[in-house]
Amino acid sequence: MDTAAEITPSPARTVTGHAGAIELAGVAKRFPNGALAVNGINLRIAGGSYCCLLGPSGCGKTTTLRMIAGHEEPTAGEILIDGSNVVGLSPRARGTAMMFQSYALFPHLSVRDNVAFSLRVRGTPRAERYREADQVIEQVQLTEFAARLPGQLSGGQQQRVALARALITRPRVLLLDEPLSALDEFLRLQMRAELREMQRRLGITFVHVTHTQLEAVAVADQVVVMAHGEVRQSSSARGIYAEPRSAYVAQFMGGQNVLRGTVESVAAGIATLRGPGGEGYAVRLGADKALAGQTVEFAVRRDRLSLASSSTVNSITGRVRAIEYQGTFVKMTLTRSGAPDFVAYVDEGAYFRAPVAVGTMASFGWELDEAHLLVSE
Amino acid sequence: MAIVSARGGRPWTFYVLAAIFVGYVAFLYGPMLCIYVLSFQGPQGGLTFPMRGAGLHWFNQLLSQGDTGDLIGAISRSLPLAVLVMAITVIVSFAAGMAFRARFPGSNWLFYLVVASLVAPGYVLGIGIGLMFQLLGWNTDWYTSALGAQLSWTLPFGLLIMFAVFGRYDRAYEEAARDLGAFPVQTLRLVVVPMLLPGVIAVALFGFTLSYDEFARTLQTVGSSNTVPIEIWSMTQNVTTPSIYALGTLTTALSFVVIGVSLGTIALIQRRRVGMKSL
Repeated sequence: MDTAAEITPSPARTVTGHAGAIELAGVAKRFPNGALAVNGINLRIAGGSYCCLLGPSGCGKTTTLRMIAGHEEPTAGEILIDGSNVVGLSPRARGTAMMFQSYALFPHLSVRDNVAFSLRVRGTPRAERYREADQVIEQVQLTEFAARLPGQLSGGQQQRVALARALITRPRVLLLDEPLSALDEFLRLQMRAELREMQRRLGITFVHVTHTQLEAVAVADQVVVMAHGEVRQSSSARGIYAEPRSAYVAQFMGGQNVLRGTVESVAAGIATLRGPGGEGYAVRLGADKALAGQTVEFAVRRDRLSLASSSTVNSITGRVRAIEYQGTFVKMTLTRSGAPDFVAYVDEGAYFRAPVAVGTMASFGWELDEAHLLVSE
Repeated sequence: MAIVSARGGRPWTFYVLAAIFVGYVAFLYGPMLCIYVLSFQGPQGGLTFPMRGAGLHWFNQLLSQGDTGDLIGAISRSLPLAVLVMAITVIVSFAAGMAFRARFPGSNWLFYLVVASLVAPGYVLGIGIGLMFQLLGWNTDWYTSALGAQLSWTLPFGLLIMFAVFGRYDRAYEEAARDLGAFPVQTLRLVVVPMLLPGVIAVALFGFTLSYDEFARTLQTVGSSNTVPIEIWSMTQNVTTPSIYALGTLTTALSFVVIGVSLGTIALIQRRRVGMKSL
């Protein structure tokens, strides 16, 4: 992984596409009203990669993006782009471009004038800036709409205009603030694929803020889960989804059941746990350590469960509270006394071969390696 | 209970409301219509019906500056004053509207002060300004004391309109412009002002009409040369011919011209915006 340590002093885009490495060092932001939006973030984003900042609203992800963009200044810490500190520089000098959540297309300017805006303020003659703008407009397939006003375009077309307007500045880093939130579901899926494709083609760094888990894991090389102004986990998309570090990340990403138990014994790197309801669990410790008597949390993927006939080690028994058909699988929710609901994604075919009725008891079991120890925070 | 009658015609409430509306319109425009008609009295005509002939005699009388007063002179002061007030109101309230988007120390108190000048009785304020000028040994004049007195009235109005205008305006546009490398002056010229132009025109219209029409604050501050409303008022004190009606007709016509020009300008801007699609 390339990091900011590989100093690239030239702001120009390189053909290999590794410019635009970002490093945040102890970045914090306290607003004048006293609210601490970002609480000392350390983060490295490789040049030419697609990074998603993911978290619930108010977690500081947008503030972090705006600090990278230069629309907020951090109250502490440094922001390095390709090795040089950009705090205090204008967005232009940083080599960043931002796509705003509402796109912020100038409503009184045509698509062409919107896209050419950055050239216009730099004093590029009209003919030249229109020629360049038309090239970028062609890249986003909006040539026939070049003379229209933004208000006359659909949401997806507006997003392309915003993209073109940002890309014409030839940024090293493109910052996208919830770029898909204004679109309907169908367009969202289409546009996220287009964004990913665009990033691959340009080879620049994309930093994309979202609160949608599936969106993040679908597009990103690196997913950064944030909460309360802090980074909870930064990893590859698969790493975040399949190996959440903490109960918070596991629950936020979904797709996991978080269980807890007290360590009874540890042998050969495997801890034997006793759940609050007396269930027996076995969890591989890996590099982590656990002492007898300690309470630990672990995650089990909802889609790696199988219907178990009876209670054995690594199984859960509960009353079926809800059954939701999801097309490719069936979501079963079990209630257990004194414990959170347990969710299982059962293969659609397997479920309908042996349907289970709501209100009956059911048991699910999992293989040892499907349980994943969590770090307590 | 159904308001619509069983026959499917209009409900009885329609006729009641229509009668009230017609009565109101008659009350509003009837007297004005009388004045417009009477202003075309013949030379032998009086202040009341019936008409004795018809013509522009009293308009000639009015404008020939005979016994009626110096209306042309008043207009030649009122128009530049109104334009001056309009310009200052637009610039200051636009800048203040931008400033008030952020909270700054004392912003609340400044706002209360602004509103207080709107609430203060205009006549009293005018006397106060007149007295102050006298105290300082300055001459009151339309372009000094009257200008200040009128601004105390138009600026709060302009600011309140700008609040409404900026209330619907998203700061992201300015950030986008800055993100694209625009300097603050470029952002203002290329983004903020063009986007808010309809609101700015509204403020300009208000500034102009409030000034052109201002009486209470101007009466004690205008000095020796009158503005139009004061001139009209002083005419009503001593003119007893249909000239005074001719004046009413003339000022109304002028108002319609101003309204027509402003609406035309707004319509033109909107057409230009929409028209871009067909390029």
